[in-house]
Amino acid sequence: MRKILCLLICVVFTGTLFASGSEKGDEFDASTLIMHHIGDSHEWNIISFNKGKENELNITLPLPIILWHKGLHIFMSSKLHKIVKIGDNYVLYEHGHFYITDSNGELFDAEGNIYIKNAEGEIIDAEGAVFTDFDKIINAHPLDFSITQNTASMFMGAILLLLIFGQAARGYIKRGGLSVPQGVQLLVEPLVLFVRDDIVYQQIEDQRKADFFVPYLLTLFCFILINNLIGLVPFFPGASNVSGNISFTFTLAIISFLAVNIFASRDYWKHIFFAPGIPFLIKIFIVPVEFVGLFTKPFALMLRLFANITAGHIIILSLASIIFVMKSFFASPLTIILALVMFCLELLVAFLQAYIFTLLTALFIGMAVNKAHH
Amino acid sequence: MTALGLGIIIFGVGLGIGLIGKGAMESMSRQPEASSKIQTAMIIAAALIEGAALFAIVVCAFIL
Repeated sequence: MRKILCLLICVVFTGTLFASGSEKGDEFDASTLIMHHIGDSHEWNIISFNKGKENELNITLPLPIILWHKGLHIFMSSKLHKIVKIGDNYVLYEHGHFYITDSNGELFDAEGNIYIKNAEGEIIDAEGAVFTDFDKIINAHPLDFSITQNTASMFMGAILLLLIFGQAARGYIKRGGLSVPQGVQLLVEPLVLFVRDDIVYQQIEDQRKADFFVPYLLTLFCFILINNLIGLVPFFPGASNVSGNISFTFTLAIISFLAVNIFASRDYWKHIFFAPGIPFLIKIFIVPVEFVGLFTKPFALMLRLFANITAGHIIILSLASIIFVMKSFFASPLTIILALVMFCLELLVAFLQAYIFTLLTALFIGMAVNKAHH
Repeated sequence: MTALGLGIIIFGVGLGIGLIGKGAMESMSRQPEASSKIQTAMIIAAALIEGAALFAIVVCAFIL
């Protein structure tokens, strides 16, 4: 029974990946498919049927577009396939960018050539040739604050966390902090104790300071973990590459950078800028290295999470693409086994990367706030 | 050329992290009671190596 269940899960997992394979005519382009899946988009594709054929059917969840151009404009992304009127202007969405345009949807380049969108949705120039070099367009861009797929997925993760931890907190309020944990508390308590005792208390020596940083580091750990795990769910509410998005990891790294440097002790700055106890000639080299080190630490944090999660998504999608590249049903057992192994590995990586990000942040904070040992 | 560079990076990183893993496992088998401390130190060292490797990958794949 258990074996059958396992097999069923594999088939469902890989099956949903197959369903998202984008085929244009006969030619299957694996790298386009993968790049599309690890990227972000303004609508959330739930499922597609008959992709690339005449009776193509895409079921998508439209998401709000929030633009700022002489005022705030909010509309749904289902309107995006044509020109949208915002205030006195019109906006055209093409190849991932919004362009301010007029009622005809004209795009300009620096030489004054005019490009418009034809009935098939292609951008053409005055002679009717298809135009693709969008870097040349000089139309103004509105500021884009849209809720994209990644943002929506991130909100979902945050709400899920609030529900789980809120439920656990209610249990502690009702039964007291020292009672035997019940229900969701059983899930939350080991995580909290793990982060507090094995990560924070190990790295930050002063108990009072450690307790001050526990809430931040715990939030960081759980938020990265839940986004990693949601990213591994291969069907609709999951599958977004949130923690493999460089803006997401950049923001987390910036917050860690601020947490380290705002609360740093005087000793820490003294060791960076004056390096006491070191001969003057060596100081000339040490101080710039230490100063650059301030920025490389969060930079490495940012890249590590981004690279690990994105690489995992790419590998799983590549394995699913094997079937389409080989064009054979006999490739599927291989794919199912490899994808299952990769999913297990990615589960480990999801925990490990959340752990490493939190551990290194705690370590850097510890370096900044601990008393120097001489 | 990029692929060659990436190959060399992975070679170095694999060697480095492998040696850390080897050292950690040997010391854990000698002193099982210190495993949790060794594990933390192992992960930190591996993460630092990985950080250096990520810089190399960024320079190799995106900048050059």
